[in-house]
Amino acid sequence: MASSGAAVPFWRAAGMTYISYSNICTSLVRSCLKEPHRSNAANREKVHFAISKWSNGKPESPTIRSDSATE
Amino acid sequence: MYRFAPRLLIRGIAGGSRRSAAPARPFSTDLPAAPTEDATFVEAWRKVAPNVDPPKTPLAFMKPRPSTPASIPTKLTVNFVLPYQSEIANKEVDMVIVPATTGQMGVLPGHVATIAELKPGVLSVHEGNDVTKYFVSSGFAFIHANSVTDIITVEAAPIDHIDPTLVQQGLADFTQKLNSATTDLEKAEAQIGVDVHSALNAALSG
Repeated sequence: MASSGAAVPFWRAAGMTYISYSNICTSLVRSCLKEPHRSNAANREKVHFAISKWSNGKPESPTIRSDSATE
Repeated sequence: MYRFAPRLLIRGIAGGSRRSAAPARPFSTDLPAAPTEDATFVEAWRKVAPNVDPPKTPLAFMKPRPSTPASIPTKLTVNFVLPYQSEIANKEVDMVIVPATTGQMGVLPGHVATIAELKPGVLSVHEGNDVTKYFVSSGFAFIHANSVTDIITVEAAPIDHIDPTLVQQGLADFTQKLNSATTDLEKAEAQIGVDVHSALNAALSG
């Protein structure tokens, strides 16, 4: 078993989590695809959600995040 | 310092063999399957409503994992899934080569149970004389003791879906960004870019 002093991957040493690393790799691969596959892949990266923070029991105005490739 | 090396080695080997003779935790495929019905619930149901069948719980619908066979099986069962699609489901193949962070790893039937983190690279599935290759962005490969291999990645594309000019451009861009990066985070991102594009390049030419 690796001791607590084992070398961490460079991205973790720079403060990135595995999920961000994996998502960055994925968006880079998607941007290198040939045309029909590239637009299909871009569709998969679309996100659409609304976040509203609550304070004093009431929701504040929501921020809507709706875009294609998330960077 | 090296005078103690033989003693330390023997201690390691003896301790290791003692531990491996009686494994502390069995693999998930060696455990008996969970019972599909809760006996006390079914009894109580029949007392109250003897003419109605007791409802089935989700556990009753699940098929238990095949247990570890006594002899090495002849074929590997592969499940290759992406978040949006199941690429290969329960296919019997001869071998898969996965791009683990520790290097290209060939998985044959009877492989020791392993969890491997994948790096961006080429995954190849060998069935007889056919080889199907996919380029995968990172993910994980779980090889179970019963020769079922689950490979999960976020994105996978057959090699001929990759555009060489975009790859070259990306590689040049990121090498340049790596040289001009200042903060740790920028350096890490540029390094990831260089890694991914070099792997794509190698996949196209290999």
